[in-house]
Amino acid sequence: MFLKKVTLASAFAITAGTAYAGCEISGNVSIVGNEFPAIHTVANGAAACTGGDVKINLTADHQKINVDGMSGNPAEYTSAIIANSSVVALMNADVVRPLNDLVAAHGQDIPKNQLITIDGNVMAVAFMANAQTLAYRKDVLAEIGVDVPTTYEEVLEAAKKIRAAGISKYPVGGAYAAGWNLAQEFTNMYIGHGGEFYKPGTAEVSINNAQGVATLNMMKALTEYMNPDFLTHDSNATGAEMEAGNVMIMNMWGSRMGNLMDDEGAEEQVYSNITVGGPLTVGGGSTPASTLWWDGWTVARNVSDEDAVATFLAMKNGTSPAILTEETMGQAVWMIDGYTPAPVNDGVFAAIAAGTTSYPMLPYHGLLHTALGGNLADFLLGKESAEQALADAEAAYTAAAKEKGFLN
Amino acid sequence: MKHKSFFWFVLPSALAMLLFIFFPIVSVLVQSVHVDHEQVIKTVETCDLFGCKESTTVDQNATAALRAEHPLGQFAGFKTYTDRNHLAIDEFGENWTRSNSWRDFGAQMLNLPFYKAISFTLVFTFVVTPLVIVLGFVVAVAVNSAVKAIRGPLIFFSLLPMIITPLVGALILFWMVDARGVVGAALQYLAGDPDLSVKASTPLMWIMLMVYGVWHSTPFAFIVYYAGLQSVNQDTLEAARVDGANRWLQIRHVIIPHLLPLTTFIALMQLMDNFRVFEPIVSFSAEAHATSLSWAIFNDLGGETRQLSSAAATSVLTIIGVAILLSPVLVRTWREFDRK
Repeated sequence: MFLKKVTLASAFAITAGTAYAGCEISGNVSIVGNEFPAIHTVANGAAACTGGDVKINLTADHQKINVDGMSGNPAEYTSAIIANSSVVALMNADVVRPLNDLVAAHGQDIPKNQLITIDGNVMAVAFMANAQTLAYRKDVLAEIGVDVPTTYEEVLEAAKKIRAAGISKYPVGGAYAAGWNLAQEFTNMYIGHGGEFYKPGTAEVSINNAQGVATLNMMKALTEYMNPDFLTHDSNATGAEMEAGNVMIMNMWGSRMGNLMDDEGAEEQVYSNITVGGPLTVGGGSTPASTLWWDGWTVARNVSDEDAVATFLAMKNGTSPAILTEETMGQAVWMIDGYTPAPVNDGVFAAIAAGTTSYPMLPYHGLLHTALGGNLADFLLGKESAEQALADAEAAYTAAAKEKGFLN
Repeated sequence: MKHKSFFWFVLPSALAMLLFIFFPIVSVLVQSVHVDHEQVIKTVETCDLFGCKESTTVDQNATAALRAEHPLGQFAGFKTYTDRNHLAIDEFGENWTRSNSWRDFGAQMLNLPFYKAISFTLVFTFVVTPLVIVLGFVVAVAVNSAVKAIRGPLIFFSLLPMIITPLVGALILFWMVDARGVVGAALQYLAGDPDLSVKASTPLMWIMLMVYGVWHSTPFAFIVYYAGLQSVNQDTLEAARVDGANRWLQIRHVIIPHLLPLTTFIALMQLMDNFRVFEPIVSFSAEAHATSLSWAIFNDLGGETRQLSSAAATSVLTIIGVAILLSPVLVRTWREFDRK
């Protein structure tokens, strides 16, 4: 009851806000998604449609409720806003419908590259991109006389000089918190080393190899220049360290650069000198040690065709060029016509231009991410060898994949 | 009480227990002996914003019929219980034959997630529980002997740690022990080591988690003991005093025997609570250093792909663990009841 009230209240608040270009729907729409400004903008755009009821539930815990909320028949949510890592959970449970018919009938004007296509089926429509790239203090690099690093090896050299010059004892930052963040950093660095996560075409993991060991060794080398508490630092904490003037160089999410470069939470000397660079490479490779991410929307399988059409139209309206205003422009790297990037978004565009790979959209990769997050810390703490840590992660993944039916 | 009236008397609570405790446990048990159906994986072309590439996906049509027939998944018996992420029976045997010393064997076992979690859980339980009982008793006796006028405020302040939400309380301590926090900086000064960081060291992190556990639970023991102290027979105390017993002897021979049954109660509650240690591990971001069974369940359910069977198996193991821990106390209580 309480939840319903909250949803209603927020829906009212949203419809009372900006009205967007005419959008007429006949059917019910119910959206579940993550909670950050760009998603609010999309949901607001969808709620601007008239003729039907649009309910919105945006929460950081969306991944805990979207699969269950779409499993019933009819589904509680007609659309889930997801990222490339989380669309997999919905597809594994078979709760989202292919959008080919809807695109043919109502979505001819959606640019083709926004359509996420798997085996010929359009499963989602992407509207924004994200990637981790370099963020650095240009005043500090100038002071030690070093060019902007393009590789992790150059980051280590710069860090050594910054420490030697007494500017900062722990100049390197990174979201190395044990769990999801640490696994993400491994994924970046492993891709940068040219590693493959699985034996081709199967769910059999293979990370305990030369690239895997090189990845862990580079991560360990970086942590020598990080605050000793690095295993508790997520991207929030690392960002705060940079704003506090302790961290001079780090790998950071494009979506968080705006926070670093605005005049809140840091001294002028700090925020005016924070600069966004491109993604880094490692070990002489040409593939950036980073991953590209997109956010997009889906339509539930278990809803009436009428509601599916309404949902499609509403979400299309929510991600149409009409939502781009002065205020919403800086909220994300929008993959929408009419978007003009600001300097904070340079990194993500550089990542796309440099041919960065997308985060693996595989049915079983979530299990490997969890296994990596739980098993790599022992190596960084010096408790075991790189080979042992990788073997542990492989074994943990294999046990989990058996339980989920991906391996026998 | 007559059997009939007893039946009607307990029926509502028995029904509630059946509904809210028994059935959920049965459902967890059933879940834990099933695993997902075999997934048919096919290679497909995937296109996103950044181009097309070859990847894999689950062939939903291939398993749709199987799923509809057995929605719970395939029966696996105790396979999930014995796999590496739980009891790790095979790895246990391997380590046993391969390792050449106890030390080596221990290190190998602690590398397995279940044994890593249970080792911290047990140490936490058996360090925190006695400390909570002793400290709770000391605080209760101290407050009870304070002047009446300040007793109210004293009780309030002694209860504060329990009033504060566990997650928030742990977060407060987390920032205090930060290298730049009050406690963290003080420790660096005392140890004469400017690089000392509680969050970076496994032993210090364990100690900090236990300090938090004691801080959070002591008020519970305190308030129970304090209530018990109100019913101490004043005549017996008076008599002890007349016989020349000093304060310590009074506590030793009058108060402690009087509070002993309460100690059983507190021990039971604390063993159960501490075995399920969870919040401080999350608040302290301590998973690199310490994990517990409850944390393992949380971790299984929190990933992009939820591992329901794995979480269910860990839940059943937790229930068994609690039952084993409580059995000595329960047996004792039963014997006492029988004697009467």
